Amino acid sequence: MKPAPFDWQAPETVEAALALKSVHGDGARFIAGGQSLVPAMNFRVAQPGVLIDLSRVAGLDSLAWSPDGSLRIGAMVRYRAIERDAEVARHLPLILEALAEVAHPQIRTRGTLGGNLCHADPASEMPAVMLALQARMEVRGPGGTRILPAADFFLGPLTTALAEDEMLAAIMVPPLPAGAGTAFLELARRRGDYAMMGVAAVLRRDGAGRCAEARLAFCSAGPTPMAAPGAAALLVGTALAAADIAAAAEAAKAEIEPMGSVQASPAYQRHLAGVLAARALTLAAERAA
Amino acid sequence: MKVRVTVNGVAHEREVEPRLLLSDFLRHEIGLTGTHVGCEHGVCGACTILWDGEPARACLAFAVQAEGHDIRTVESLAPAPGQLNALQQAFQDSHALQCGYCTPGILMTMTAFLAENPKPSEEEVRHALSGNLCRCTGYQHIVDAVLLAAERGA
Amino acid sequence: MTHSFGKPLTRNEDPRLLRGEALFVDDVELPGLLHVAFLRSPHAHARLLSVDLTAARARSGVIAAYAAEDLGDYWKPGPLLVPPPPVPGMVFHQCCQVPLVKDKARHVGEPVAMVVAESRYIAEDALADIVVEWEVLDAVGDLEAALQPGSPLVHDHLGVNVAARVHQHRGDYTAAAKAAALVVKRRFTYDRGASIPMETRGVVAQWDPRADRLTVWDTTQAPVVIRNGLAAMLGLSERQVRVVAPNIGGGFGPKMMMFYPEEVLVPWAAMRLGRPVKWIEDRLEHFFATTHERSQIHDAEIALDASGRILGVKDVFLHDNGAYDPYGLTLPLNSQCTLLGCYLVPAYDSVFTAVFTNRTLVTPYRGAGRQHGVFVMERLLDIAARELGLDRNEIRRRNFIPADAFPYDQGVIYQDFSRLSYDSGNYAPILEKALDAIGYDRFVQETQPKARAEGRALGIGVVCYVEGTGIGPYEGAKIQVQGSGKVSLATGIGSQGQGHATAFAQVVAEQLGVDIRDVEVTTGDTDQFYWGVGTFASRGAVVAGSATHEAAKVVRQKILKTAARHFECAEEDLVLADGKVHVVGVPDHSITLGALAGLANPMRGAVTPGTEPGLEATSYFGPAGGATASGAHAMIVEVDPLTLRPTILDYVVVHDCGTVINPLILAGQIQGGVAQGIGNAFFEQLHWDEQGQLMNASLADYLLPTALDVPRMRLDHTVTPSPLNPLGVKGAGEAGAIPVGALFAQALEDALDLPAKGIEILEMPLSPSRLWEITNGG
Repeated sequence: MKPAPFDWQAPETVEAALALKSVHGDGARFIAGGQSLVPAMNFRVAQPGVLIDLSRVAGLDSLAWSPDGSLRIGAMVRYRAIERDAEVARHLPLILEALAEVAHPQIRTRGTLGGNLCHADPASEMPAVMLALQARMEVRGPGGTRILPAADFFLGPLTTALAEDEMLAAIMVPPLPAGAGTAFLELARRRGDYAMMGVAAVLRRDGAGRCAEARLAFCSAGPTPMAAPGAAALLVGTALAAADIAAAAEAAKAEIEPMGSVQASPAYQRHLAGVLAARALTLAAERAA
Repeated sequence: MKVRVTVNGVAHEREVEPRLLLSDFLRHEIGLTGTHVGCEHGVCGACTILWDGEPARACLAFAVQAEGHDIRTVESLAPAPGQLNALQQAFQDSHALQCGYCTPGILMTMTAFLAENPKPSEEEVRHALSGNLCRCTGYQHIVDAVLLAAERGA
Repeated sequence: MTHSFGKPLTRNEDPRLLRGEALFVDDVELPGLLHVAFLRSPHAHARLLSVDLTAARARSGVIAAYAAEDLGDYWKPGPLLVPPPPVPGMVFHQCCQVPLVKDKARHVGEPVAMVVAESRYIAEDALADIVVEWEVLDAVGDLEAALQPGSPLVHDHLGVNVAARVHQHRGDYTAAAKAAALVVKRRFTYDRGASIPMETRGVVAQWDPRADRLTVWDTTQAPVVIRNGLAAMLGLSERQVRVVAPNIGGGFGPKMMMFYPEEVLVPWAAMRLGRPVKWIEDRLEHFFATTHERSQIHDAEIALDASGRILGVKDVFLHDNGAYDPYGLTLPLNSQCTLLGCYLVPAYDSVFTAVFTNRTLVTPYRGAGRQHGVFVMERLLDIAARELGLDRNEIRRRNFIPADAFPYDQGVIYQDFSRLSYDSGNYAPILEKALDAIGYDRFVQETQPKARAEGRALGIGVVCYVEGTGIGPYEGAKIQVQGSGKVSLATGIGSQGQGHATAFAQVVAEQLGVDIRDVEVTTGDTDQFYWGVGTFASRGAVVAGSATHEAAKVVRQKILKTAARHFECAEEDLVLADGKVHVVGVPDHSITLGALAGLANPMRGAVTPGTEPGLEATSYFGPAGGATASGAHAMIVEVDPLTLRPTILDYVVVHDCGTVINPLILAGQIQGGVAQGIGNAFFEQLHWDEQGQLMNASLADYLLPTALDVPRMRLDHTVTPSPLNPLGVKGAGEAGAIPVGALFAQALEDALDLPAKGIEILEMPLSPSRLWEITNGG
């Protein structure tokens, strides 16, 4: 399990990185934390001819808050930096709750949010979380910068909307609506494994305590992170009572397309989606002011 | 290509292929064979080292990525030749190892963990251990050893 | 004198392991070392039409590449390691594995070509250069389909996929069933798993033309057997071959004397190329190329009288042998024999068919077929108890072999070819201790009803088992007092983490009055000890431990004799303690063992005829039969009623392995065994597709339990010494793993109240997904 040979490039600017990618095309891969790419290379499932290391590119590794409360996470920010950031814990606890389920500290030391999102594994937690948080992707290419909503970024298993000559520069997470409650729950065979099913829930109540906004997003539930807008819509206007949540959780099961794995049959995954959605919504409802 | 990396406080400079895994670099270039290789896909944790003080999988990094970084391996733990540090001593006292193959990775993970959480609960120890697989012990004595080391103020 | 025998002493081997100084096979570095990678069959079953190594050989950095035809006369099937048992009417077809595929590949991962290069990286690059033409054949996977007429054949010349069939019986089961108040009949299945030691396999070989000797570092549990076999294959004398099994990173069975293709080819290549050669199995290879265990299908029935006494058991089972059968019938025989368990079974009728399939070979892995027997018997008893309205513990009590019935002859042939006879045991107190420790009555009467009322699904399980351990034929030990005063011990078995360097030191220290830190134990180096068999079947402490004891007694006599001459006194007047000998009552006037060793090796003068130099002895021990350990496990589990994910709330082991040498090491063995049992029961399963491809060949997909999945265990012991060895010990290595499947099944049924819903758990391993399917009509 040794990787095939490749050339190593370690540019120091985004422009240089993009230029290298333009030159080498799809024979080249960007490497961020490498925690998904290197195992694939060790198995020789991935054999890029050129690796473009982003770790020395200036400006990709910072967390920055805007005055409007949105968070800009540079594509090379390591998971450990995010999970240790007190402000993230305070304002975006959903990220923290989900990060605790992402592999193990040894992986999070090196792993980056940007690399994870570009890897676009539908079983991964963070794409679903970014969907639930309505994050926007700052994509850099030779033609400049474009912004993609998370919903448009993930196209299929291990497939994103990034063109061959583009890279993800940052993830912009808008502030949660005031008083919103969030929850992330998953069931994995072992802690740190990819989930058999996972769900991120965001709920906001209006002044009367009724649900004003609901979002649900699942991982391991289809070819991409899967939102369940129909189920979420059912909740709006309800008091978020147990029966309301149960109905939404049931509806969500019809909106996902679990594909099954050696760990879980599609039928069991769908069953889990209902169970976990109900539990996550209940938690989020309790947490919503 | 050339890589300069500090391992256990010693600066090393080597000419390596970009594809050389950090685990192979440490074991076969530097000769520090205490870091073990168990899966080469980042799951077992046997190759865990400290990367600028943080635990990381040596099998999921290329040596060239360690350029300019500070790496610590199990060989750095003992205070002097022939001795054990407090964590290592707690492992012996608790019979926390059998074949000993996973042990270096566990020691490095726990070194970082105890530095961050010097008085952990059993549940916290088990969480912190869950990224290192041990096939011999059933973990109980490892958990005991970490708690013992914490109690002794390791 | 301070006793060390029986004490929970910390281990001699730990400091070097903890500092990262201990030598493992992959740590061996030699000048000019070459590295090997194997091209392996991507198909489970395929005819090999051609192999073209031209491009691989031409690659820069490649030294050599070999296919089957390049091996010439060296190409031959491996040896049959365990011949079939002397059971009348038995059928056995010997088909041992080959070094490289010649005619057809019989499982995914079977080696097809070997590349030797300047680095493993280059060797792997060259694998992509090899051009192979295959004719893909339908694969044999399903055990029942394999026996149907028209099934593809794993070994064409046999005309069938039957590897073996063995029928053993005692008493008249038909009559027993006729007389029974109740007959319970069920089908039980147990699927494949793997041992997955944290260190994969590896071999380094170096031919030294000046010394005319071959040295092989091998991750084997049986270095002496490998030395003898390699010598024969390579046309060398045994004395020309040194096999070293240094620190081994876990074995659990599959690192036995397998004569794996790689184990046979690497030394050959080293001799042929005149350079040292290393092959280290990577984890992907490990999943295909290192042996597995465990697929069986049992159609079993039990006949009982109205009081729940067993009248008879009948079992017809299929055993998945994988593609070759070098290990003979050890596994199905263990299943067949262990099924009888702790119980009086007047009539037993058992027939198994071992089946060739297009899957990786199946050889012993911790428990070695015993899990299946225990699973079938304990499940049958659970179901029978329910149908008779009996408490599950009561049905066991009523059927235990009574304490005064030992030695107890089970009337069937065991894996060591002798009649299965339990040497000693006392089962009832073990069960009572376990029930008491887990708080059975309180759980059933208070805890569970209360939990159920709260909508929580809590269940309890209690199962019993026996484990045949410590089989022959023999092991040996050589003890020498060194000039330094330290005592060396060498034995022929290998060590994979069992703490031999400590436990055997305790046996020595007990006789020689030395500190265990002053006993230097070497295991697994054929230059240090010539004879032996290997570490398997929970036999190390029993057989090698007893040999050590015998040798230590002789050395003790030599020490006393030499000291008596020195002090000019009677041996009876001497005290041997703390590494010194003194005359009783005169502790200040002593002589060290090192000085005595010098006196025992005179350099001038004459000695009495018959005098042997040194304080040294070599002894051998071969038990008359295996020692039967026993135990009970109890567990309380909570299951999430919706996700069906279990959490173990309490786990109790009560174990009887006779006299205990080191309780600390024993606890580690039990805990580690239980962890593997938990893996086998609820996490670990090898999944195959129709084409015989393994679907989860990675540690991300084949799930070893983590520290969060294995609970804290509470251990207790009873001691029924074995009469078959001088120490009274029984083996303990496998016991932890054996009953866990049966335990999980019982506890999960109980937690989810499945019997009330007409659902039974009749298969292993489980998972939340599978449990959901079972409980939802799957």
